[in-house]
This record gives sequence, structure tokens and C-alpha cells, in this order.
Amino acid sequence: MKELGKALLSEEPFSEIVIGDTAVARALVEARVRVISSYPGSPTPEIAEALAAIPKEERPFYFEFSVNEKVALELAFGAAINGHASAVFFKSVGLNVAADSFVQLSLMDIPGGLVVILGDDPGANSSQNEQDNRHYARLAYLPLLEPATSQEAYVMTLEAARLARERRTAVILRLTTHVCHAKEKVSFGAYRPEPLDRTPRFDPAASNYIPIAATVFPLKRRALERLEAFRGDFEASPLNRILPGGDPRRGVIAAGTARLSLLDALEELPPERRPAVLELATVHPLPRRLVARFLAGLTEAKILEELDPLLEEEIKALAYDEGLATKILGKADPEELLGGYLPAKVRAILAAAWPDLGLAPPASALAARAAEAAAGAATGTAAAAARAPRGRESVPARPPQLCPGCGHRSAFHAVRKALREGDITVADIGCHTLGYLPPYRMGGVLLSMGHSTSTASGLSIFREGRRVVCFLGDSTFFHAGMPGIVNAVYNGHEVLLVVMENGTTAMTGHQDHPGTGRSFNGPAPKLSVRAALEGLGVKNIREVDAYRQAELTALVREALAEPGFKVIIARHPCMLKLTREARRRAGAAWKVRQVRVDPDTCVKNHECIERFACPSFQAREGGAVEVSRDLCIGDGSCRQTCPAGALVQDKEEGR
Amino acid sequence: MTDRFDIYIAGVGGQGIGLLSEALIRAADAAGLTARGCDTHGLAQRGGSVASHVRIGSRCHSALVSEGSADLVVALEIHEAVSAGRAYLKEGGTLVWCDASWQPLAVRLGTERPAEVSDVEEVAALRRGRAVRVPADAVPDPRMQNTAVLAAICREGLVPGLGLEHARTALTDLMSGPALEANLRLLA
Repeated sequence: MKELGKALLSEEPFSEIVIGDTAVARALVEARVRVISSYPGSPTPEIAEALAAIPKEERPFYFEFSVNEKVALELAFGAAINGHASAVFFKSVGLNVAADSFVQLSLMDIPGGLVVILGDDPGANSSQNEQDNRHYARLAYLPLLEPATSQEAYVMTLEAARLARERRTAVILRLTTHVCHAKEKVSFGAYRPEPLDRTPRFDPAASNYIPIAATVFPLKRRALERLEAFRGDFEASPLNRILPGGDPRRGVIAAGTARLSLLDALEELPPERRPAVLELATVHPLPRRLVARFLAGLTEAKILEELDPLLEEEIKALAYDEGLATKILGKADPEELLGGYLPAKVRAILAAAWPDLGLAPPASALAARAAEAAAGAATGTAAAAARAPRGRESVPARPPQLCPGCGHRSAFHAVRKALREGDITVADIGCHTLGYLPPYRMGGVLLSMGHSTSTASGLSIFREGRRVVCFLGDSTFFHAGMPGIVNAVYNGHEVLLVVMENGTTAMTGHQDHPGTGRSFNGPAPKLSVRAALEGLGVKNIREVDAYRQAELTALVREALAEPGFKVIIARHPCMLKLTREARRRAGAAWKVRQVRVDPDTCVKNHECIERFACPSFQAREGGAVEVSRDLCIGDGSCRQTCPAGALVQDKEEGR
Repeated sequence: MTDRFDIYIAGVGGQGIGLLSEALIRAADAAGLTARGCDTHGLAQRGGSVASHVRIGSRCHSALVSEGSADLVVALEIHEAVSAGRAYLKEGGTLVWCDASWQPLAVRLGTERPAEVSDVEEVAALRRGRAVRVPADAVPDPRMQNTAVLAAICREGLVPGLGLEHARTALTDLMSGPALEANLRLLA
């Protein structure tokens, strides 16, 4: 599908092979959602990529990447209390950032309706944890829908938007990584465009928007009543499905992608052995009567849900309240709280719960742990390989790494040279997090977006002889990095912060941020990191191009010898982005001056391949080093690392 | 056509397995088959191992292939061919692989030996399957190694019901201009 933008605006029903994120984007258009905001984070940025395919002047909505998830949520909320249908999306841990405002939503009357789309990440494929955000739905008294396929992601986005508007509140759509990225043919309905209604309808006289002390209670009472109304809606919702089984004694209640894994396993069973299945999409509030009806008459019911046992606990309590004799089988092992419920894992769980089902043993004795491998986590394939029974002993793991030409590599290589044994380095979130991997080993601790300066400040207290250096990317600087810096200035912490400024939000797909001079909607004011630092009261600031390694090493040495809080801005544009754009512009005329190792000059000291470690360097027989023609982008940042001057760049060549 | 055919695709971030897997899904669709799939790149996985799953047939529910059950393992790189083949190839399955080599860090650091052709063949043999090698040298542009492998899959009939004409339809759906022309030449 080349013309995604056109398809997303198609007024006729159509079907197309898309990922879940794209299906969500179409649903937002069809539902005539008018204001959409986000902060980029896997697995959801592809929703924005789809929205971006619609030319700006044809977009029937306003979209922005806000500076962080809290701001994005507040923006969508503001639009929604003005009467405009709104939506916000971000990754799982983004909700922690937004939580302060998010937990207030159910107290508010939101006439436009607000859909909060979460990209949870069971299996921690691209996140620092695998938190189960269904907890937040309970905490905030908000309804939550959970699709399992791209088709359902489309249908449930429409439903969430409808419910949010009808009940003047926020509705959570909880996606997970393998829903966002699953690809299948989705049938889309018609889109009936309507002119944009620009009327601002915010009316603080009609409803109380200031929850303070005693005024909280009527608002909370309304939130609880609304939640019960949702429960009533969900009792009869066609989003939940019951599949009759062949074995009248057994049933399974399943949600999310665990449902698909279950259906895969059931395909292998003869009809008479199959348990009945309740596929639950309206996860919160739980449709209690529906669940009770399903359980009635069953001897045993197995609950299949990824991550935490929320449904399990609620359904056990329900069975007790209803006086049901059905035995509820929940998580039997702490391992069942870990990782995605992929087909092999669900199969193993079912086989353990009900050995007499006769599910054939999995292909490998350890396939129950296929989760990690199938999820393609950094070490997944190698871990899988290591478990395989015979043949070659091991295949080296291939974790993600800094790209050829990455300025962060030069920066880490240079900063490391200025450090002493025992110095402490603190990582933050972004491509530069990858610096913790060998051979750089830079950045020894990671909590969350923007934590580095504050964690480093704590490490700098009572730390005889060990100096503290922390890293922060530019997008993260604007996202959540500034409060820690203000604190370090204010409380005088002796920390060196290295801002790794690459001019983009690289890790999540090169989105713009306040420092790039562009926004999603075009040219924008370009905020300077340096000016911001100065404004925050930082007196000690140095700047250098990260490619100037010797200079950076010297600046780090200098700065570390000075007292108080200091910052070095190590700047180099993201070379992946730069190269891609240049290649696109040049087309067939694209040429690079690739580096090669001059065998006559090379002294095989391996500074290039073992310490600078650009992935372009390939080990050859007898300790020789060669530069991969597939990988070298001709940036030449490696050349200064060779003491013998054996890294040379010849004429430009077409690639 | 069987009612379930599982494909596991492995490569290195930047090799274009996303396009390869989307092309396979669209080719299957063009051939009138039901197909679904899922890319499982984490982060941006710059230069890290990446995988994509494709499942063809009406009895597939999850988009993910289980270990030890892929009818076809596709690898765009030799080290990935060994590890993906070991983990995912089912008994009697086929391992189609491009012999490009992008050494993982441990090989570059000299702490592990690089994968060799015999390692790949051994993996296929252990599963009583076969290995089909696609030479990287024969591809004019490394960015088209994915299409060269797609061509080999269709030419050798490695996915039941899928022919070169379906692959051409799929690519025409996904690309345009000179890039499309160059890729279509590999599917002639």
C-alpha cells in the first residue's frame, strides 16, 4: 500500500494489510477524533507515522508530539473539555510520567471524550520494565478495552471513542507490543467526514473542575457511578465472546494476545476435549454477570492473562461472592508473571494445568521459555541458540549497537579516556543507553527518562575519590531532564553531565523535538540546549563536536577537575538520519568515501575493532582487519583512533 | 495448501527483514491465502538481531511462530542463519539464507569464531531439513539482499502456493520508481 494517506481518508469501506498501529490511526479518523497528541515511544510511534502519511492540509485533526507524556495527556484533556473528541498515545512507562494528571481524569466531566492509548510491552521488548498498566485503570477508575489483533485494535478504538464521548470521560485502549506490530488484513468501515467544529465549549459553571478537599467527593462518587454504568455496558458488549467447548467441565477466561495463543493450542485438540472459552475484551470494569454465567456449571476455569494476576484475583473474589464451586486456576508459578504469553508459553501453561488435555509436548523441552527468544529481545536468539541441544556450541549474541558513524561512539571513546578506575557513569534513556554494552561500558545505572542528573547527584554525595559523570540525550533533556539539572545547580552537586546532542529523537524513529527547529507540523522555534542550561543557572558549560575526540577527552579532564555542577554538550547529528536523508536526495548519484585498512601501515593493535568498535570493522585471518563494504558510511570518525594511521579514505564510490 | 505454514525470518537491524516479511504476507494475500505476521524488533535494534514472523493459513491465530516449529526459516546473514535455524527450524523444514556476513561483536573482538557455511549446513542437517544458500555477491546492492532471498523462496517454491508473480505483485504494492524496477529485476 503505497498511498497510506489516501487510504486513511477513504470514505468507502476497504480492506488492507496493516499493523495494529495503522488500524488505530484509521479508526481515529473514522471516529472523527479532532485532537491527537503523543510522545514517541515503542510500540506506538507507528500510529504517528500513519497519521503523518496524511498531508497536513488534508488532516481532519490536529496532531502534535508534545515534549513528554504528561504534557501530551494534558493537551488532549484540555481539548476534550473544550468539547473536541481527543486521543493521546504513548508507551507503557509513559503513563508513569503522565500519571499525576491521568489519575484525575475520572473526576472530570469531559464532553469531547478522551481516548488514552497505551502501548504496553509484555516481554520488555523495548522498555525498561514490563509494567502492567491495567493496574492504572483500577487506580484511576477508568474503563479499559484490550484488543488482540489489528482488526480488533481498529474496532475497539472506534468503540473507545464512542464510549468516551457518550459518557463524557476518558477510556483506555490498552495495546501491547505484538498487537501494535501484528500485521493482517483489516476490514475498515466507511468514513463520513464532517466539517471541523471550532466552537470552544469549556464551561466551568456547568461542572466542577477544581477538585479540592471536600469537593473531591461528589466528583469521585460520579466517577464510581460512571464506572458501574460501564460495567453494565460491558455485560452485553459484543466485544466479549464465548466459544462453546466440548468438555462441559472446563473453561478458560483469556484476555489480550493470550487469547490467540490459546486458540492456537486448542486447534490441536479434538472437539470433545476443548474447554469453553470466554474471550474478554472489556477488561475493566469486569462484566461480573457475564463472567458468573460463564463460570456457572464449570468444575474448573483457567485464567490466561499476561503479566499480573488482576483478572484472576477479581474472578476468584467474584466466584466466592457468588457462591460458585468452580475452581479458579490462576498463575501457578512466578514465571507466569514474566514475559509475553506467546503460543509456546500458553501451551506449556495449559499442559501443566490440565495434563490430560494431551497437548503434544513442545518442540523443545524448554519451549515454555520461547517468550524471550520469540520476542527477539536483545539476547533472545542467542539465548534460544544456547538452549538448543546439539551442533555448534554457541552462536554469539547480537545486541543492538550504535550505528556506524554514530557520534555517541566517538563521545564514549573519548570520555572513557578521561576517566579513572572507579569513576561512576550514569546512563539515561536513548540510543546512548547502548553505551553500557561492551566494549564501552559507559553508563552503569538506568532508571527512567531524565533520571541521570539526579541519580548522579545522589551518587556524588559521600563518594571519596570516585567522580560522577552522567549522560543525557537532547530529546530527553526537554522531556524530563531539566528538573534534575535545576536541582543539581540549586543544591550544588558535583557532577559532570554530558549532553549527547544528536538533533533528533533517534531511538524511536527520528521524531523532532523542541531543539530541532521543526515539529510534526512544520518549522518551529528551535530551542537551544545551551541557552536552556544557561537559563537554568548552569555556569560551567563546554561544547564540542563529538567527532573531535581528543578535544572532548581534554574537556572532560578539565571539567572533572573543577568543583560543582558542570555540563559538556557533545554534539553530532544522528548519522543514520543524516545519511538516509542525503541518500534519498542524491538517489543514484549517492557516493561515499568508505574507509579501508591499509594493510601495509596496519600494526594490528586493534584499537579500531576492539575499542572504538564500529560494527563496520570485520575480523579476518591472522589478526587482519577489514572494513565492511555493506556497513561503512564513510564518516571517517574512526580514522583518528588508529595510532598507525592505517585507516584511509580513498576516492568517492557509488554504493 | 496446508492449513498452517510458519515462517521465521531473522536478520540484522538495517537489512530490511521488515520489507521481506511484508512482501511475503502480501504475496500470500495475492495468492489467495490468509496470512498474518509480526515484526519483533525491540528499540530501534540498530545493528542488533531482528526477527519477523509470518504465518500462512486459516488455522493460525497468533501472529507469532513458536520455537522448533517453522516450516521455513529465512536468514539474511550467516550468524543469524545458524542461531535462527537452531532455535526455530522444525523437523524437515527448510533454511534459506543469504551468505552475507556482518560479524557480531564477540567475533570482532576475537572471543568467538565466525560462523561458517558448514555451521549452517549442520543446523539444517540436524533438523533433517535442507539449506538453500543465496549468494550475497550476486546482488548488486546490499540493500536488495532481502529481495534476492524473496526471489529464491518463490523460485524454489519454498512456500506452497507462492510464485514469483505473487512476489512481484507484493513489491509493486510496496515500492515505486527506480527502486521498484531494480527489485523487480531480481524477481524476473
